[in-house]
Amino acid sequence: MSDRPEEKGQNQRGPDSLRDQGIGGGFEHTHAQGKAEHDQPTHFAFDEQSEREVLKFIARYPEGKQASAVIPLLYVVQKQMGRQTGSAWVPRVAMDVIAKRLGMPAIRVYEVATFYFMFNTKPIGRYHLQVCGTTPCMLRGSDDVLRACKDAGGLKGYGDTSVDGNFTLTEVECLGACVNAPILQVDDDYYEDLDYESTVRLIESLKRGERPAPGSAIGRQTSAPEGGPNTLTGVEE
Amino acid sequence: MAKVTVDGIEVEVPNGASALQACEAAGKEIPRFCYHERLSVAGNCRMCLVEVEKAPKPVASCAYPVMDGMKIFTDTQTVRNARRGVMEFLLINHPLDCPICDQGGECDLQDQAVAYGKSFSRYEEGKRAVKDKYVGPLIKTIMNRCIHCTRCVRFSQEVAGVPEMGATGRGEAMEIGTYVEKALTTELSGNLIDICPVGALTSRPYAFITRPWELSKIESVDVMDALGAPIRVDVRAGEVLRVLPRQNDEVNEEWLADRSRFAIDGLKRRRLDRPWVRRDGKLVAASWAEAFQAVAAGLQGKRIGAIAGDTCDAESLFALKQMLNALGSTSHDARQDGARIDASRPDFYLFNSGIAGIDDADALVIIGSNPRVESPVLNARIRRRWLAGGFRVGMIGPDAELTYAAERLGAGPQDIAAAASFLDGAERPMIILGRGALARQDGAAILKAAWDLAASTNALREDWHGFNLLHHFGGQVGALDVGFVPGEGGHDVEGMLGGGVDALWLFAADDFDVARIPAGTFIVYQGHHGDRAAARADVILPGAAYTEKDGTYANTEGRVQHGRLSTMPPGEAREDWRIIRAASQFLGVTLPFDTLDALRGEMAGNHPALARLNAGPVRGCTDSTGPAGEGALSAEPFAPAVTNYWQVDPISRASAVMAECAATYLAPQPAMAAE
Repeated sequence: MSDRPEEKGQNQRGPDSLRDQGIGGGFEHTHAQGKAEHDQPTHFAFDEQSEREVLKFIARYPEGKQASAVIPLLYVVQKQMGRQTGSAWVPRVAMDVIAKRLGMPAIRVYEVATFYFMFNTKPIGRYHLQVCGTTPCMLRGSDDVLRACKDAGGLKGYGDTSVDGNFTLTEVECLGACVNAPILQVDDDYYEDLDYESTVRLIESLKRGERPAPGSAIGRQTSAPEGGPNTLTGVEE
Repeated sequence: MAKVTVDGIEVEVPNGASALQACEAAGKEIPRFCYHERLSVAGNCRMCLVEVEKAPKPVASCAYPVMDGMKIFTDTQTVRNARRGVMEFLLINHPLDCPICDQGGECDLQDQAVAYGKSFSRYEEGKRAVKDKYVGPLIKTIMNRCIHCTRCVRFSQEVAGVPEMGATGRGEAMEIGTYVEKALTTELSGNLIDICPVGALTSRPYAFITRPWELSKIESVDVMDALGAPIRVDVRAGEVLRVLPRQNDEVNEEWLADRSRFAIDGLKRRRLDRPWVRRDGKLVAASWAEAFQAVAAGLQGKRIGAIAGDTCDAESLFALKQMLNALGSTSHDARQDGARIDASRPDFYLFNSGIAGIDDADALVIIGSNPRVESPVLNARIRRRWLAGGFRVGMIGPDAELTYAAERLGAGPQDIAAAASFLDGAERPMIILGRGALARQDGAAILKAAWDLAASTNALREDWHGFNLLHHFGGQVGALDVGFVPGEGGHDVEGMLGGGVDALWLFAADDFDVARIPAGTFIVYQGHHGDRAAARADVILPGAAYTEKDGTYANTEGRVQHGRLSTMPPGEAREDWRIIRAASQFLGVTLPFDTLDALRGEMAGNHPALARLNAGPVRGCTDSTGPAGEGALSAEPFAPAVTNYWQVDPISRASAVMAECAATYLAPQPAMAAE
């Protein structure tokens, strides 16, 4: 309904041009603003497993404060979509279902879902590859991890979903695991201490439908020193 | 109370007041964008920064509560620098399109940039681009200009009660909108234009029309609903371009409903701009003299009756009534909707608690009314009272979305008496009876039942009058005040249409079944629009709409206000009282006034209530004897009185803007998925 032509002035910068420059990454790619152009499902209902979780989350909050459960419920929806369609995202009808369930205006659910980049408001690939590009990871080789994701996953860059629908690549800010940098978060799991080869191996096994155990790729126990503990190795009597 | 010193001026403000309010009390102007005194405090624009003694950095005064002994400084170098910084950030993404922006000249950002803006920009990067949103046929959005003050979000959530706007995304990607493209489902959307401090939300019908400094601004009163909101009519070159609300805390606060604001393009369409006389079955253009001669000839020896419309001024109604009485007829009725109103005592037909009285009530029963479409601003006041808590609302009538929780107590008149238990224990119970509920066969009995409910719930006391009739238009109460109801031996609308008269004077009356006028009845139509009744007329006398005459109007609570002439009536049309005065001469019963002042003097002598300007209702009830109200209550449930908010009277029916609204809002809603 705009009275202005749609073209962008030279001085104006939309989210698209950021992507063109390959900077910015982030949630803009997995977040729809305004009217979604992609296919929104016409219907959403919690399945049996989700319903159990929904009841559990709602019960956590006192009567009249049910709206507090909006974030857990958005996760429930996203997981269920992942189970059912292989793409873990939150369609708009599902947000309406949540709003109705929690007795809150739908726009308040839209606000929460679009604020947090953990919620995908557009369909994504089977596996969500989230590359941490913040300074410690960058210094420890996140560029290699990114390159490996592109090469092995068949991805053009941040925001892209592979043709086979397996992967969506997103750049995220610090995941808080700098001591194990660089990190690749696949859906909810952290894969740590990666380099180009180990990332390729990881993606290849994901392609085969396997889910390697999360954690360090070089065998560290959590964030303990490489090769095992080197202090407090013996207990003196 | 807390003692606060603002720039050396000592003021006392209530505990819990904000620093900004203290500054205002001291007469200091604080720039602001997000703060609005009728909305919740957001504190996100940061423009209202002030310095507070011992505070380490400037504080946002709108969200900073005062403390006793606080010292505030509003004009230090730090404050000026801080506000300049905020302004610089706000302007980073604000387009430099003031020359083509409709807000230009009345824009908060523009004004404050003069005070706090730099004359150059240090920002060389590109500006952010945001897609414009569709929020309905009345609001034009240019979202590049939005500064994210969230006033519109808070207004739609808090005042309008339709939480449909929000801020999606975050950081630089944050956008104000509805997320799902849709027209805001509120009758108050025009107020978004007023509260938007920049040009992001502007009026769609008014886009690119004029500049505010080119307008003549005339203070008048709205008649499009019975609230009687004070308005400012903005006029340029004899054309009404815009209607804005004025502020009256006892009536509209500062809001205005959409029909009152946007139906004005109807003032320019389908107008009757010259007299017409029917000759050989066809209406032909005539001069005033010919028209009056035709009226005199047509009324000769006939039993005459008059039906008045809903937006007529009291002066003209008074004059018309005087003329009819002089001609020996007492058949005059202003209740074209057939509402069985008892006009024998004002408190039978007034909103006696007063509009401001809603704030004091603690329980409400609404009977046969949907205040949301009958008076949206009044409904917003009920909602605000409801939000404050300690207020329960019951409703008898068709189910409706009122923007507050209302317990459904029944569907028809027979449930009225039982509502007493709902009001049990309320200190100041309130009953709102819709005028539409009286427009049926058992209307008089319904009026009595509602009055009896008030009496039985102790709502009729010397200090509180809980019986309220909610009218639909700004001229309806004035008509009852001048006694434009059948006198001794006169016929009402029903009687007149049933063959009680041979000649009918229709004064802007279009909202009754015109087809029921018996064949052979001589019709004089005096009005401003070629609407339903004009086509049936034998003589058409072109009159003035409410913006084109000086007139007295009483709102639903009986508050008397003057509307003022803003533009001249089109063509040969004239102010209505002049037409009646001239006609009276041709009919040989010359009315005894030649000027509006003389007419007002005469009217004040007969109806002193109409001379008390802008006085609210008399609080309290001195006589709890109810209306006569003979007849039995039927079992038929109440029907909605207003089904199409946007098109209800000749002006709004002529409006293209209102037609678009009706098409948008009354169209069957598509399923969610199809959007």
